[in-house]
Amino acid sequence: MTDSKYFTTTKKGEIFELKTELNSDKKEKKREAVKKVIASMTVGKDVSALFPDVVNCMQTDNVELKKLVYLYLMNYAKSQPDLAIMAVNTFVKDCEDPNPLIRALAVRTMGCIRVEKITEYLCEPLRKCMKDEDPYVRKTAAVCVAKLHDMNPTLVEEQGFVELLNDLLSDANPMVVANAVAALTEINEQRPLIEVNSQMVNKLLTALNECTEWGQVFILDALADYSPRDEREAQNICERISPRLAHANAAVVLSTVKVLMKLIELLPNDSEFITQLIRKLAPPMVTLLSAEPEIQYVALRNINLIVQKRPDILKQEMKVFFVKYNDPIYVKMEKLDIMIRLAQQSNIAQVLSELKEYATEVDVDFVRKSVRAIGRCAIKVEQSSERCVATLLELIQTKVNYVVQEAVVVIKDIFRKYPNRYESIISTLCENLDTLDEPEARASMIWIIGEYAERIDNADELLESFLDGFHDENTQVQLQLLTAVVKLFLKRPQDTQQLVQKVLSLATQDSDNPDLRDRGYIYWRLLSADPVAAKQVVLAEKPLISEETDLLEPSLLDQLICHIGSLASVYHKPPNSFIDAARQPLRQINNGISSGAPTGLLDTVAHSTTSTTNSAQPTVIPAQDTLIADLLSLDLNSSIPTGASATGGFPAPSASGGLEDLLGGIGGDGLMGDNSSPQDMGHGAAMAAASANAGMGGLADLFGSTIPSATGGLNLPKQLWLDASKAKGMQLEGSVIRRNGRILMDMTITNKAMQAMSGFAVQLNKNSFGLFPAEAIQMPAPLLPGQSINVSVPCNTGGPVQRMDPLTNLQV
Amino acid sequence: MLNSLFIVNTSGDVILEKHWKSVIHRSICDYFFDAQRKASSPEDVPPVISTPHHYLISVYHNQIYLLAVTTSETPPLMVLEFLHRVVQTFTQYFDECSDSAIKDNIVIVFELLDEMLDNGYPLVTELNILQDLIKPPNFLRNIANQVTGRTNVSEVLPTGQLSNIPWRRQGVKYTNNEAYFDVIEEIDAIIDKQGSTVFAEIQGYVDCCCKLSGMPDLTMTLVNPRLLDDVSFHPCVRFKRWENERVLSFVPPDGNFRLLSYHIAAQNMVAIPVYMRHSIQLKGGTGRLELTVGPKQSMGKMLEEVVVEMSMPKAVLNCSLVPSHGKYSFDPTSKLLQWNVGKIELGKPPTLKGTVSISGTAACEPPPITVKFKINQLTVSGLKVNRLDMYGEKYKPFKGVKYITKAGRFQVRT
Repeated sequence: MTDSKYFTTTKKGEIFELKTELNSDKKEKKREAVKKVIASMTVGKDVSALFPDVVNCMQTDNVELKKLVYLYLMNYAKSQPDLAIMAVNTFVKDCEDPNPLIRALAVRTMGCIRVEKITEYLCEPLRKCMKDEDPYVRKTAAVCVAKLHDMNPTLVEEQGFVELLNDLLSDANPMVVANAVAALTEINEQRPLIEVNSQMVNKLLTALNECTEWGQVFILDALADYSPRDEREAQNICERISPRLAHANAAVVLSTVKVLMKLIELLPNDSEFITQLIRKLAPPMVTLLSAEPEIQYVALRNINLIVQKRPDILKQEMKVFFVKYNDPIYVKMEKLDIMIRLAQQSNIAQVLSELKEYATEVDVDFVRKSVRAIGRCAIKVEQSSERCVATLLELIQTKVNYVVQEAVVVIKDIFRKYPNRYESIISTLCENLDTLDEPEARASMIWIIGEYAERIDNADELLESFLDGFHDENTQVQLQLLTAVVKLFLKRPQDTQQLVQKVLSLATQDSDNPDLRDRGYIYWRLLSADPVAAKQVVLAEKPLISEETDLLEPSLLDQLICHIGSLASVYHKPPNSFIDAARQPLRQINNGISSGAPTGLLDTVAHSTTSTTNSAQPTVIPAQDTLIADLLSLDLNSSIPTGASATGGFPAPSASGGLEDLLGGIGGDGLMGDNSSPQDMGHGAAMAAASANAGMGGLADLFGSTIPSATGGLNLPKQLWLDASKAKGMQLEGSVIRRNGRILMDMTITNKAMQAMSGFAVQLNKNSFGLFPAEAIQMPAPLLPGQSINVSVPCNTGGPVQRMDPLTNLQV
Repeated sequence: MLNSLFIVNTSGDVILEKHWKSVIHRSICDYFFDAQRKASSPEDVPPVISTPHHYLISVYHNQIYLLAVTTSETPPLMVLEFLHRVVQTFTQYFDECSDSAIKDNIVIVFELLDEMLDNGYPLVTELNILQDLIKPPNFLRNIANQVTGRTNVSEVLPTGQLSNIPWRRQGVKYTNNEAYFDVIEEIDAIIDKQGSTVFAEIQGYVDCCCKLSGMPDLTMTLVNPRLLDDVSFHPCVRFKRWENERVLSFVPPDGNFRLLSYHIAAQNMVAIPVYMRHSIQLKGGTGRLELTVGPKQSMGKMLEEVVVEMSMPKAVLNCSLVPSHGKYSFDPTSKLLQWNVGKIELGKPPTLKGTVSISGTAACEPPPITVKFKINQLTVSGLKVNRLDMYGEKYKPFKGVKYITKAGRFQVRT
């Protein structure tokens, strides 16, 4: 008596057999035949040949049969548009049926038939259904508008459906309101047509209490886009939505959290109201963690954001993040992240004993992360560092290979944070030298040896042992080895001259890697020119490493807080870079309270002919046919870890290992003279940025011609900043350069689209160097298709400075 | 919103596909299968996967995955909640949500999915309404339909759908009016080697089975409502009255539903009703294992359905153990050691003792122990229902409350 019987006919004439059954006079037989057709369809068999026969069954008063035929139509109408027209009459007739179920079904199905020709016939019935007396029909019709908009946006606007939808927002039935909100949100996503205003907010808040759980999610998400006029309004909204925190549906809870987190920003920080509200926020989030693991995962990713923004909300709840051995691995990893974030002096003992427990589990990735976490705790909570180091040593004694390697890596960080405190353990580390086979662990160990070369008697032997297989090592290890040997030489010049010469020749003459060669040459020149300066550079005091890792950049964090519960928040990526640019050319950045600065360094905005230019605002109000080249998705991360110099005065990134030694070389006094006036700082910055663009090849030039570039015109090869395919046909190549004492941004803009472009504007996001365009971009006439043009935008460095990590990460 | 839904099984077959917007080719599932291959067990597949143009959001249940595909920004929790709702609905309709159940009822599944989503938005997810729209399969009804030519699909719009109480259908009639409430508390705990509690919390539920005619309006009062500071309610509960009077007032859905779930956090001391002593040595050829389990502060109630489980390391070949109570089994392929203790009577606590044969000579870490148990007529938190009143209807219903304490995720580290 099951449906599996519909699969049993697999004889040759199956389609033929079905055809005869479909045309049978007996209703019962017909229905069975349609069921068979549907069953074949669900498993992906092609039954489109039966189209006319199935459509013939449509005129029936049997609701089940009708539904089945509709299901079939939705699937195959696209492949048979001409035949689909046959069905239109029945649809139109059904839209007038006295039974609201049939009316709704007809309008619903019509919207699902994605055939251009049918959409024309859909308008009239849809308009009628939107004003239907039955709320069930109205709510179905509301969704249908969104469907129609997806197929033919202009039609929807011309026919005034958006206004009709807007009217539905005031509908007496909360379910209708919820669906209208959902439809409007979807339409708005593609093109903002309606903005949420305070009047609407009131209606939404009223509907919120009475509609279904899904409707509540739509309404809450719409509320999140609204910026209240004043404190009182914000407080009012908070009060009215906070009961939703006790909803059984996790999506409702998280959407409520989102709106509250956003509104809290608007209210005075120390008020009683806020304290109470924050107290209310913790329990629902904890509850999410007892839901199904998939829900836990999304909740944890969001809690990770919330903890970064407001650590006080969950500081008491450490224990709920303890890992259970049968949690899925993705939940374990996230819990661990949050545990580290919440670790503080008061709970560190508990956390450590947990982490130690985890380090003996089976799953390798999880164990590694746990070991790393122990290191993070040491760095974060100074009082615990002693115990952390002891724990790490215990773990090293287990001799489990990956545990040892991971421990070595974190111990290096601990040395960085607390120099000259735990050298006593170096001997234990050295015992395990041979077992290290991962580049990161080897590099860390070499760094430790180099750093403490004066206290390790056989440091030269240890380093020499690595040199034999120098060319087989990973670049990371090679660079580290080079630096370590130079350090050793500077510390113990008497007996290591041979060694340093060997490593320098290995790095400069026998290596193909430009990074390695360049670093080798820098050291060589430094050592031969001025050993005292070399000492200053190479053995310079290192900036402290930061206590927190993986912290999101604040403006990105603020942006994500406004998008809690979205896919963007799961990936911790900027929401606007997130959506498939090809499908949805733009999405207005939430310009609520904290829209602040977009994250990238450079936002290039190009408008086509119809739009107006507006370069002053971070978000350009989108108009028709506007193109925002969403450059954020492009990441011109430099492959060379350029960063701050010891003297340059930039905040140093927490680069790992001894990389900062090199940085001392680049921006430092050794090469460029001791200059730290703002102008020169900018220069260094521009150079660094340029070198990042030019990539490895450019690096050699940079070193070779640092001085000429300041006066003359070093022409760096332009880098592709933006690919045409990602920006609706606008291709952008460019480089940052210094000419006659001014910083210029040279760009080549090519129009690869079909239409002319005009109204260009350039905007730089807040960046590490305070770089901002000094003049508006000069563009002659519209850029015709296929044409390309060279422009230079002069820049100044007096703009707002915001630290980026890494420093030269050019997010265009 | 949701564009498409695929139901796939663990062996990589697509059981069903349904599209609410344009058709997305089933090759999109390949991204998912890639992730599945990388995962060590079926549960470990990440629930959100990004592909160049789509996002795949999945839930795992009983050897199948429900895989939702979306192309635009969509709240993932909403999709996950919805997918879990689909699983629940299928379970209610076909008794289980599994590969074969779906294949056997593919047309109903298709009809259900069509009712549950419209254009990717959840449409009807209330079981009460769905059952009105599409009757669950039933042997007798099938026969009857065959004879009378009726169908499983309702011809009229379900009445409850648009009223202010969408969860309840109208015109419910029973000859025996009854309302049963189960207060279930699950203890989630981690116990460390020494037997002290690392973490313990209570996850509580009040599940109801209401078979009441008409439109009853129920009011439930609790003896100690203060215990509940972290509660999630079924939409039927009037939140205002709870806030002001700490009284649960609601018009119940018809049939089975979860009235509320609550969470009693780790800060409050949770009494652990069971203790576990263990001495496990797994090294070199043969290992020794000795487990003892017994009641602790069970407040005069008996521990029942006690099951002790360990997932042994791969090196373990076999176990030869002697239980003093109950039965034990060891599955050499899944390496699961299961000791079915049953009821623990007063007197000598049950033990499981013996040797374990191990391949190789290396020592293995002893695996953590999972304990399951059940205590009837007890809530660890002390939560109690005071009274239940009914308004709006004249008849006198039969009422009953049952209390159960169970082990949730209860782990003992070794």
